[in-house]
Amino acid sequence: MALSELFTDYTLRTVALGSIFLGIVSGTLGTYAVLRKQSLIGDMVSHAALPGICLSFLIIGSKNTEWLLLGAFLAGWIATIIINIIHTHSKIKYDSALGTVLAVFFGFGLVLLTYIQKIPNANQAGLENFLFGQVSTILQRDVIFMGIVAVFTILPVILFWKEFKLLSFDHDFAAIIGFSTNKLDLLLTTLMVIAVIAGLQSVGVVLMSAMLIAPAVSARQWTDKLSVMIVLSSIFGAVSGVVGTLISSSIPKMPTGPIIVVVVTIIAFISMLFAPNRGLIWKKVRDYYNKKELSTHMVLNNLYILAKNHEDPFHPHDLETICLYNNGLRLSKRMMKKELNKLKISGLAKEYEEGNWAITPEGFKKMEEIHFEGGGDME
Amino acid sequence: MNPQLEIQTIAILVAISCSLSGVFLILRQMAMMADAISHTILLGIVLAFFVIQDLSSPLLIIGAAIMGTITVFLVETINKTKLVNEDAAIGLIFPFLFSLGIILVTLYAGSIHLDVDAVLLGELAFAPFNRLIINGVDIGPKSLYIMLVILILNILYIALFYKELKLSTFDVGLAATLGFSPVFIHYSLMSLVSITSVAAFDAVGAILVLAFMVGPPTIAYLVTDNLTKMIWLSVLFGIISAISGYWVATWFDVTIAGTMATMVGILFAIVFIFIPERGLIATMHSKKEQKYEFALISLLMHIINHQGTPREIEELGIDTIKNHLYWEEKFTEEIIDRVLDKNYAYIEDNILKISEEGKKFALSNYYHIVDLD
Repeated sequence: MALSELFTDYTLRTVALGSIFLGIVSGTLGTYAVLRKQSLIGDMVSHAALPGICLSFLIIGSKNTEWLLLGAFLAGWIATIIINIIHTHSKIKYDSALGTVLAVFFGFGLVLLTYIQKIPNANQAGLENFLFGQVSTILQRDVIFMGIVAVFTILPVILFWKEFKLLSFDHDFAAIIGFSTNKLDLLLTTLMVIAVIAGLQSVGVVLMSAMLIAPAVSARQWTDKLSVMIVLSSIFGAVSGVVGTLISSSIPKMPTGPIIVVVVTIIAFISMLFAPNRGLIWKKVRDYYNKKELSTHMVLNNLYILAKNHEDPFHPHDLETICLYNNGLRLSKRMMKKELNKLKISGLAKEYEEGNWAITPEGFKKMEEIHFEGGGDME
Repeated sequence: MNPQLEIQTIAILVAISCSLSGVFLILRQMAMMADAISHTILLGIVLAFFVIQDLSSPLLIIGAAIMGTITVFLVETINKTKLVNEDAAIGLIFPFLFSLGIILVTLYAGSIHLDVDAVLLGELAFAPFNRLIINGVDIGPKSLYIMLVILILNILYIALFYKELKLSTFDVGLAATLGFSPVFIHYSLMSLVSITSVAAFDAVGAILVLAFMVGPPTIAYLVTDNLTKMIWLSVLFGIISAISGYWVATWFDVTIAGTMATMVGILFAIVFIFIPERGLIATMHSKKEQKYEFALISLLMHIINHQGTPREIEELGIDTIKNHLYWEEKFTEEIIDRVLDKNYAYIEDNILKISEEGKKFALSNYYHIVDLD
């Protein structure tokens, strides 16, 4: 499987292009979903779409994609509105509301589905496949559709950039300074529903919830800036779409949707481990150096306490005595010696004969300053 | 037992088991964990199948339950890093594990006859076909016995650890200080949730599991603030949805599991809208009343402030007062009508004047509001 086939193979190119559009749309709106702690909205909307799909089929009587999508959108949108009503008008927590609405809508969708299957009409076969979509069946018209959706969801995000930003980071402040937060909330949620529904048909329920969350979570680790996060998130979404497609086309029988989910989740894991500043690996390294610096200071502090408690502040003491004041930090004698040597190099401590140590005037001065800043004596 | 009775009994057993563990799930704000678990057990079933090589083995349930607990563990691990929110952690882990499950099923589809749709959607109507036969005697459907065991497990767990559960649910800090291990309670509860999900999902499909685990406890949560009452009520709501769901489904000849989930929704809607004091209608009404009451007092205070001052005609004139209250015209008129209705004020020379009664009412409420006493 060569990368160049991406540009020559028609099907592959179509799928890759579709994935890129999908990555951009879900990456952008997923960023807001994750920041607003509504990550699972994608999972909910994609399940709640089922009754909409069935009802629209019952009314129109055909499997016209646009109408089914419209039905799916309306059902998903109504479900989000209901969750908001439940959340604002009762003590029910957001997650309970989400779970209940998800299960009830999907259950009702199944009722409609079994009802449809009883109707003598050969047309309904594969209606449920709509929910469990297949990336490998993305056609050119789906790509065009995704492109249009991308334009119509990204445009409002750009237009309402500062409003959405404020809404996501300080909702109360946005309300106080006079933004109509209800309307803006509704607009943002509607955009999220559109994004989920648009991707649903081509990639299915589970992939859609992952595509909303994982790229945004990955991007969050690399930056603290909203604009950068959105761009990164889109890139991660698009890249995992393309990589997943490549893997699936080079391994026989490998399903595209799930492998994209695996790729995008691995990107998230890597980001959480290695991203500078926030990454877990860097945090471990930082902790290690902090701890080391802390031990050096503690040893110097021990010398300082000894100095304060003796008439001659620079009277040397042996290691055992210095060890007495351990202040909760357990250092072995060997470690203690190492730290003392470090202090010696920086001129803060001095070694006398027979392994006795004392603080130097410089060290004493430094500790005085530290204690003075700290506002009290350390015992 | 005839199949009708059997299906209903299984449904009731599922409803009670799910409601019981569900109560603690929603109180701990982990409702979506049930959703996550109901997806990831697919991977558990597949992996267990690779080991056991037998699709009808009950050991698959154990494999699935272990995967449920692993899901919880992974979500917790990600949570602990504080790099992502809890909801995002759930949303990161479960699609990942579910996808791994699907990939394995598809890659080795030849050797596993596992229909992903069937696993997720489930059909209760088929439950009676799978019989438990001991020594050649048919003693009823298999899932009935499995669910009975699960129910007993749920009841035992809650009975044994009731106070620990209660304490660690409402005050983790205190529980830890008193020496209960919140971690033990957390993981044992989540293991119970996954075992219950797996067993129930074998009988009724993943969606009904979620509906029963989150739905009835949420309805009960609306009705009461008392934990014991909440448990009993959610069991009751579970049973109502199960039985009514069954009969509606037979009536329309549609999926039983789906109809039961729908009934949970209808029950929820009824309680949410109509329950006295905290239902939607009641809260809307009391919010509106509060608004009117507040406006009424504001108007009376406005009269008290300006009565007898040189600007009285302008500030309190019946035609000009609306310019000073900054309310919508219709609302202003309504409030003035109310004030006049209650004899808190009267009109003299086209000027609003406060009555003794109004003065008393306004001042008593004023002190109540600003707490000057």
